Amino acid sequence: MIEVKNIFKSFDGQQVLTDVSTVFEEGKTNLIIGQSGSGKTVLMKCCIGLFNVDEGEVIFDGRCFSELKEKKKKSTRKEMGVLFQGGALFDSYSVEENVMFPLNMFTKMPFEEKQERVNDVLKRVNLINANKKFPAELSGGMTKRVAIARAIAMNPKYLFCDEPNSGLDPKTAELIDELISDLTAEYNMTTVINTHDMNSVLQIGQTIIFVNKGKLWWKGNKKEILETDNPELNEFVFATELTRRIKR
Amino acid sequence: MGLLHTIGDYVVLMAQTFKRPDKGKVFRKQLFIDFQHLGVDSIGIVAFISLFVGAIIAMQMAYNISSPLVPLYLIGYTTKQMMILEISPTIMSLILAGKVGSSIASEIGTMRVTEQIDALKVMGINPANYLILPKITASMIYNPILIVFSMVIGLFGGWVAVSITGIVSPVDFVIGLQAWPVPYDIAYALIKTVVFAFIIASVSGYFGYTVKGGSVDVGRASTKAVVSSSILIIIFDLILTQMLLT
Repeated sequence: MIEVKNIFKSFDGQQVLTDVSTVFEEGKTNLIIGQSGSGKTVLMKCCIGLFNVDEGEVIFDGRCFSELKEKKKKSTRKEMGVLFQGGALFDSYSVEENVMFPLNMFTKMPFEEKQERVNDVLKRVNLINANKKFPAELSGGMTKRVAIARAIAMNPKYLFCDEPNSGLDPKTAELIDELISDLTAEYNMTTVINTHDMNSVLQIGQTIIFVNKGKLWWKGNKKEILETDNPELNEFVFATELTRRIKR
Repeated sequence: MGLLHTIGDYVVLMAQTFKRPDKGKVFRKQLFIDFQHLGVDSIGIVAFISLFVGAIIAMQMAYNISSPLVPLYLIGYTTKQMMILEISPTIMSLILAGKVGSSIASEIGTMRVTEQIDALKVMGINPANYLILPKITASMIYNPILIVFSMVIGLFGGWVAVSITGIVSPVDFVIGLQAWPVPYDIAYALIKTVVFAFIIASVSGYFGYTVKGGSVDVGRASTKAVVSSSILIIIFDLILTQMLLT
């Protein structure tokens, strides 16, 4: 479980997050939704420690991240898997080397064991016979799968996904959503997904928070979101013809 | 104020860079990749330029030393001194600043804008240490080898030039090369090279690491890295010459 308590964050005097508090539950897919520029990416980057918060706390199963000593911070980071928007695969490494990277850095496993683990996770994300390919040779969907494989290679307790299906066709996007949802249940992870894709919201949104103008505007689940009377959320959710039809 | 800010950022980055690597085996692997990428891949350009510059210097010396009172072996001697004291360590370092510096800045800069550095950071890895330290180490070890190679090739180029043109006999030229050997000159050249190698790798690493934006900004960072490294090399050339030769 991840608790976010009263987070404030500003850049050059411009307030981006104001008093955001929420709980991301274990074993569930927790979605952060909001328009572009609403502050959801900043919120996620505050959670994973890429940005230091101005005020407030992010607590990982009782451990306040900002108060941890460097060594503890490092070990907490090892419990996190992060899927970046563009995949953030290392260009000069093959698929196999990318997935093996955290194992090389943080474990003393023999090579054969690491190889086995890599093959397991690549199989789990339905990527077979791609071990020797380089990121430049992969499609968008494959890149995301490799990034997911790398993120789960160390059996993380927390999985963060920044717009996991941006730039993907609807079918591939759905498969990626399903994969993340299945992995969350399988590994009992606390998964936090940053998205503005309504298909994802309706498919895998077990808990959803809506961030608007840097504030937590609404919290609920995929059923409640269709029945909400919150005007700002309605404007966001029913912005497309497809979602308006679903509502009707 | 901007310059002070940049210097402060650079010092902070170097403090992060010069820490014990997370894993020695991974560091060594990265170091060997950088030996290849930054060192071995530069042999061709260093050889080509050194050969021609050595030849040109020998011909220019012959043109300038035309008095019958001056012994002809001085052409070989002055060519040697110029190659060892200035051309190989400084000019080759400037060329390496262009080739290696832009490569380091654009590689690290691209990793920054594609969130690869963020990925390292969230894994609990010190990205500055992981990315920049092997490059600095590889440059500081390999550049002196390249510069000694440049000296040899440059002097060979001079010998080829005088042999082909006949402006001075090859024997006189070789006598000049062997005249008044001063081992300290080589030490001076290598000290300069090591300092210049540090400047090239660390300054380029800094500009790449601090890129913000997209591909255009990576290009700008690469240009800034080459320009700043070149300026610093010239300034430190003057300082080191004052400190070590006077």
